[in-house]
Amino acid sequence: MEERIPVLQLKNITKRFGEITANEDVSLDVYQGEILALLGENGSGKTTLMNMISGIYFPDEGEIIVRGQKVSITCPKDAYDLGVGMVHQHFKLVDVLTAAENIVLGLKEKGALDIKAASARIKEICDRYGFSVDPNQKIYNMSVSQKQTVEIVKVLYRGADILVLDEPTAVLTPQETEKLFNVMRNMKADGKSIIIITHKLHEVLEISDRVAILRKGKYICDVVTKDANTQELTDAMVGRSVALNIERPDPVDPSPKIVIEGLTVKSSDGVTKLKDVSFNINSGEILGIAGISGNGQKELLESIAGLQRVSKGSISYIDDDGKSISLIGMDPLEISNMGISLSFVPEDRLGMGLVGNMDLSQNMALRSFRNNKGIFVDKKSPHILAEHVVEELEVNTPGISTQVRKLSGGNVQKVLVGREIAASPKVLLTAYAVRGLDINSSYTIYDLLNKQKKKGVAVVYVGEDLDVLLELCDRILVLCGGQVSGIVDGRSTNKKEVGLMMTSLTGGDDNE
Amino acid sequence: MFDFLVSFIPRAVTQGIPLMYGSVGETITEKSGNLNLGTAGIMYVGGISGVIGAFLYENGAGKNGMNGFLAIFIPLICCLLGSLIMGLIYCFLTVSLRANQNVTGLALTTFGVGFGNFFGGSLIKLSGSDVPSIALSKTSAFFSMKLPFANKLGWFGKIFLSYSFLAYLAIAFALIAAITISKTRTGLNLRAIGESPATADAAGINVTRYKYFATCIGAMVSGLGGLYYVMDYACGIWSNDAFGDRGWLAIALVIFTIWRPGHSIWASILFGGLYILHIFIPTGTNLAIKEIYQMAPFVVTIIVLIFTSVRNKKENQPPASLGSSYFREDR
Repeated sequence: MEERIPVLQLKNITKRFGEITANEDVSLDVYQGEILALLGENGSGKTTLMNMISGIYFPDEGEIIVRGQKVSITCPKDAYDLGVGMVHQHFKLVDVLTAAENIVLGLKEKGALDIKAASARIKEICDRYGFSVDPNQKIYNMSVSQKQTVEIVKVLYRGADILVLDEPTAVLTPQETEKLFNVMRNMKADGKSIIIITHKLHEVLEISDRVAILRKGKYICDVVTKDANTQELTDAMVGRSVALNIERPDPVDPSPKIVIEGLTVKSSDGVTKLKDVSFNINSGEILGIAGISGNGQKELLESIAGLQRVSKGSISYIDDDGKSISLIGMDPLEISNMGISLSFVPEDRLGMGLVGNMDLSQNMALRSFRNNKGIFVDKKSPHILAEHVVEELEVNTPGISTQVRKLSGGNVQKVLVGREIAASPKVLLTAYAVRGLDINSSYTIYDLLNKQKKKGVAVVYVGEDLDVLLELCDRILVLCGGQVSGIVDGRSTNKKEVGLMMTSLTGGDDNE
Repeated sequence: MFDFLVSFIPRAVTQGIPLMYGSVGETITEKSGNLNLGTAGIMYVGGISGVIGAFLYENGAGKNGMNGFLAIFIPLICCLLGSLIMGLIYCFLTVSLRANQNVTGLALTTFGVGFGNFFGGSLIKLSGSDVPSIALSKTSAFFSMKLPFANKLGWFGKIFLSYSFLAYLAIAFALIAAITISKTRTGLNLRAIGESPATADAAGINVTRYKYFATCIGAMVSGLGGLYYVMDYACGIWSNDAFGDRGWLAIALVIFTIWRPGHSIWASILFGGLYILHIFIPTGTNLAIKEIYQMAPFVVTIIVLIFTSVRNKKENQPPASLGSSYFREDR
């Protein structure tokens, strides 16, 4: 193989945030026309490292070399001038502006603002790489996938030839991911270099040419993708050997805990979100809920937890003595006191359940403070609980008194799930509990759910990854357009069957 | 009825012009995500700075007679400088030091009013006047010069041409601001900063510079409202606290016009009209009712707030980052 010159070199980069060292002595080369996957656990400093290339952060030590020139990237504009563009995990788009306005934002082109000319250029870029964008559509009317496309076009419009994509597939459906990968291959063929951050190992193996692994802010190694396999990558990422199969113990004495009959839920603007849904949630087993995102999963869990207004139907809780209690009309506090715990993990992890500006132990206290005796809040037991969660789930944090918003996304999620499990619930509802989590943390969560199941807890697991649902769950309820398209046995079904059920009710209405 | 309108509209306009300056200035500021509640103080400082300039020039030029250009130029520059300094203080505190915008703004209002009253009081002492006010009628005469032929055009002249140059300048500013914000690259960048500074920053826009410029320009425009009030509306007579709650009305107008400076033109005149409506209530009515009339602009603003909130249309919302400071490395 001929000697290649790196387009981008990082040398001994170190970045600290107060007492947290996010990156330590990282060196990395990127070559022209390659797709480099950056792999690491949550909080291993991948995003921070990329933010330094794109000018959001400035490294404390070390140097960045672009095309042989030592450069100092002090702001995003410097990065664009050097042909480096980043698509952030949380999109940097202005909602009330159109796609074209967002794309030309901040550019210092000559002459007056000409949206028409810009639109023409956008169209040209789209045709070249195979996307589709309507330049005049407002961002707030767009789907996640469309927004991402706008972000990529924005970066290309500025003439970037080194692209950084931070977890681009975390929010995409499998079909959308495939489309994105095709675009990435086109860009690679065009000579552009792409750095992609992702947790999904099968995607790493599918799309990348080379994988670089970070662990706890340090650079570990890089491997050529075609010589790598899932096990090797995971071990390098975690730093020890990890077992990659999900355990599925037999259900423990399953009996109905929650019985739902004819549940119908309408949203505030009158759209039917759930229609005539009936099923049981049994103790001692994990019930998986599969479905394309937005097909009523959120409404279903919220109805059980008392956060949704139910139009029709019944939800009853069967207590230990076999008595049936209707949950409809009860407030969320009463429901959670009965032992029905909702660890709903929304897209915005801090949006529900945790308070970003409070530290770990204070967030733990949010659950328990009502049980305190006397007028003062008991600080000790939440602190002990927080320490326990940090240890058990290997939360990467400088300390218990760190504000939750300063933790990386995956660690925030661990804190939330850990707290909910610690409340020793009778029914545990989880949605997207592993979204955005690295593989090791995901397995920790699966283990936790299995432990709850063995204790006889009724566990509901709303997930997106069919492989995981099929390996973890005893029964899988498939939702489609807010209706139940069937309940299958997790042991005997297969991916194809569930996949078909996910789309069967809507017919041709699925994603392009 | 027609006669009533011919006498009512010009008064509503002169009452509305200070509000127009204030609201256009505040809209420019708010578009950058800075909620400057110091507008009331800034307008006050703009007024008193102009008064100080005019006072010094009138006394200095006493014997030789006043030069028309300087009589306007000196108070104008003083007013712009005074309000610019207020804007700079606000920016330094909220943008550079990232202090809380509400607290800073309210502090500036308190400071501005105190500053105005202190110097106002001093000038009144210096001029040795018997009443607690200071009259700068010579300067005012230059400021309130009108088009010579306006009187000859009957009702048309009265309604459209009977104002001084500062009034037309306010309308010009409102139009320029409207076009700049909606049509130009600068305006696009400014809107992006107000909506999402992190996005604007990532797009390579200098957020700090834009915030400083928008806020300082906004402050200077607002300050002119204070100058117009003293020099034209009040015929050059400064007395402490006479400016009243016009600064707050200007902020209410920003909400009323849902952050569109172009609409500020008619809205300010409407507010001006509502503000003086009580003068036109029939004699003999209980005077207490006057207070209710004066509430009208605020009631209208609340109604607009209710409507825009209920309709919840994205374009009619305040700039999304309004009131929060931006720090790039914040996590």
